[in-house]
Amino acid sequence: MNATTPLMETGLAVCAPLNSDNLNGGQKLAVKYFSTAMILFIAQLLFGLLAALQFIWPNFLFDTLDFSVNRMVHINAMVVWMLYGFIGAVYWFLEEESGIEIVGLKLGNIAYWVLTGAVTIVVLVYLLVQTGPGNDTTRWFINEGREYIEAPRWADIGIVAVMLVFFYNVAATFSKGRWSGISGVLTLDLVALAGLYLAGMFYSTNITVDQYWWWWVIHLWVEATWEVLVGCIMAWSLMKLIGARRQIVQTWLYIEVALMFGSGILGLGHHYFWIGTPEYWLTIGGFFSALEPIPLVAMVVHSVYDAGVHKFRSTNHPALAWIIAHTFGNFLGAGVWGFMHTLPQINLYTHGTQWSASHGHLAFFGAYATIIIAFFYLAIQRWRGGVWMGEGLQDSGWKWKWAMGLLNLGVMGMTVALLIAGYEQSFIERAVEGSTWGGYFAGQNHPWFQQAMNWRLVFGVMTFAGAILLVWDLLTIGACESREELVIEEH
Amino acid sequence: MKPSPLWASEPFWKKVAIWVTSGSFIVLITLTFHSMSEVVAGSQRVPAYSVINQKIDYRFDNTKNRFQPVIGDEQPLFGKKLSETEAEALVALGKKTTQAKNCMNCHTILGNGAYYAPDLTKAWLDPGWIDEANREAQMLTFLKDPPNHARTFGSGRRMPQLDITDEEAHGVVAFLKWMSTIDTNGFPHNFKTLTAQE
Ligand code: HEM
Ligand code: HEM
Ligand SMILES: [Fe+2]
Repeated sequence: MNATTPLMETGLAVCAPLNSDNLNGGQKLAVKYFSTAMILFIAQLLFGLLAALQFIWPNFLFDTLDFSVNRMVHINAMVVWMLYGFIGAVYWFLEEESGIEIVGLKLGNIAYWVLTGAVTIVVLVYLLVQTGPGNDTTRWFINEGREYIEAPRWADIGIVAVMLVFFYNVAATFSKGRWSGISGVLTLDLVALAGLYLAGMFYSTNITVDQYWWWWVIHLWVEATWEVLVGCIMAWSLMKLIGARRQIVQTWLYIEVALMFGSGILGLGHHYFWIGTPEYWLTIGGFFSALEPIPLVAMVVHSVYDAGVHKFRSTNHPALAWIIAHTFGNFLGAGVWGFMHTLPQINLYTHGTQWSASHGHLAFFGAYATIIIAFFYLAIQRWRGGVWMGEGLQDSGWKWKWAMGLLNLGVMGMTVALLIAGYEQSFIERAVEGSTWGGYFAGQNHPWFQQAMNWRLVFGVMTFAGAILLVWDLLTIGACESREELVIEEH
Repeated sequence: MKPSPLWASEPFWKKVAIWVTSGSFIVLITLTFHSMSEVVAGSQRVPAYSVINQKIDYRFDNTKNRFQPVIGDEQPLFGKKLSETEAEALVALGKKTTQAKNCMNCHTILGNGAYYAPDLTKAWLDPGWIDEANREAQMLTFLKDPPNHARTFGSGRRMPQLDITDEEAHGVVAFLKWMSTIDTNGFPHNFKTLTAQE
């Protein structure tokens, strides 16, 4: 089959068309995951915009698509597109890293369709059914009602099954081919990542017990296993993009694992300050989570130093730029913003205000969206047969640069707006008014809060514009490129 | 090539990574067992479900130097004293309803969730219910038909119609009353309860 025809028909001059023959088996599957991830990313932003509008016009879509529904779709689409991005990234380098063809590709393909079918049904039920009666059937088939892991139980089981197939692909391919430092860490990390999901799969009437285990999933994902997963992905991409030496990136990877797990596992305690758990968590959670920024600083040093040593010469400029954005975003969003509210003395006032949302946006975008976008660019380059993506791109590469600028500025702007709203809430609702409902609304009705909500919407629109430009760029970059990619040897 | 010094040696850091990770994980598991024993329903920190038969308050504690729930004399919810099993069943219905109706994607519960509507941790004690005599009735009416009994405090934000039945509403109120008795280490700070207003 010739993949060029449809593009030709749209009138675009296509010289280096997307052609799956350019991809190895794992990569063919990876681009499916990446494409779905990109669609879900756009959906995430659309529902975020709806929710942001409702802060300003509370009657907008009231009793049709309520804030709770929009917000749930917003954050669930995020979690899912990021998982798609990670799975895609691993399939992307699986064959190169193991040195052999992927084992069980057919099964992997089926798993992709099962997962995508399940995600579609879950989202449709969220939008069309929304809620159910207060019984077990609702939790099994409509909505579990626990933030981030709202997916009903049947879908949880499906997700676990798909993760097992993914894990089989990875472990079996490395076992048959060769193991490396990166693949060893990656495989063990995937076991932990999938295992943690089980901690969110049971019901408890005791809300303290419920939230205790809920945080195992959420925190030990984003501040432990996901961080190590992107550490592996980054180690591989630095070798690929700038020719960093394997021994150096792997040594760094082990250091990062030690620092990240050493601080992040017990750092879990920063969510156990106020949920009914014993007082020792104030000390343990405060202390260990305050150390969490250290590995993130190490990553910035590592990536910038390595890129500098190789004089920023890379096979794929947009990808390298997004990798560097990842290290800074991770450091700022998770490290700096996380640290600022992680000691119990301040968290008593910021807990559950827009402060958390400010941190959540910068951290998820900075740490995870960025590195997945880097892989979108790697994928497009190879999919077009290894075209040039170094310096001197056509149209001076304005699209990727503007997309990157708009996305980063948009998210940063939202983060700052929410930070202001969070400070205002901490002072007015919490410190002055004492957290009653009256105090809550005194905070919400204050002009400082309302201005912040307007600015969040403005920067949200900017973020959305950046994402649309990103799609356009991905569809066109290198399409009419005649130069071959720059081949970089390990040095 | 010279062998790498220890601080730059791959095998050394690999060992460090393994030891640090397993060490942290073992500590976490140990603390988890301990914490779970401290927070079973019926413990000091998390009272039994039948605590909904008592009067609840939340006051500043001078020795601990923070706010703390105060469990007082008998004051049965809806005027009917429940056994532990009955109380647990009612609270469970309420808890399941909060999940089924997705409360957490507008409100925070113990401070976790969404930020579009007020925190529910001490909702039972909120001065917004005006007086103890009418609180239960007001809560039930509100939950069963929120848009027409909106409590927007001038914000224009209303709670949507969630089709909460009479039974479910009773459960939710029981759940909220029970939750307000959990010792949350002083969160929320400085909260003036319904009965502390005078
Ligand atoms: C990439 C890594 C991270 C991501 C994606 C992330 C994301 C989030 C999100 C989304 C929340 C809000 C959860 C909710 O909805 O209730 C949150 C809460 C929190 N995060 Fe992070 N985080 C990361 C790393 C960190 C780090 C490194 C620290 C500390 C140094 C930190 C400190 C906190 C604290 C203290 C809270 C609780 C906020 C509250 O009390 O309401 N986070 N994080
Ligand atoms: C068009 C841009 C966006 C808009 C308008 C938007 C809007 C919103 C709104 C209104 C909420 C609910 C906050 C609340 O409960 O009060 C929210 C939550 C959230 N959004 Fe976004 N968002 C956008 C982009 C993003 C991006 C790019 C990410 C990450 C990659 C993200 C991650 C999150 C997370 C993690 C939460 C939950 C935060 C928490 O509970 O603390 N959003 N967003
Ligand atoms: Fe955390």
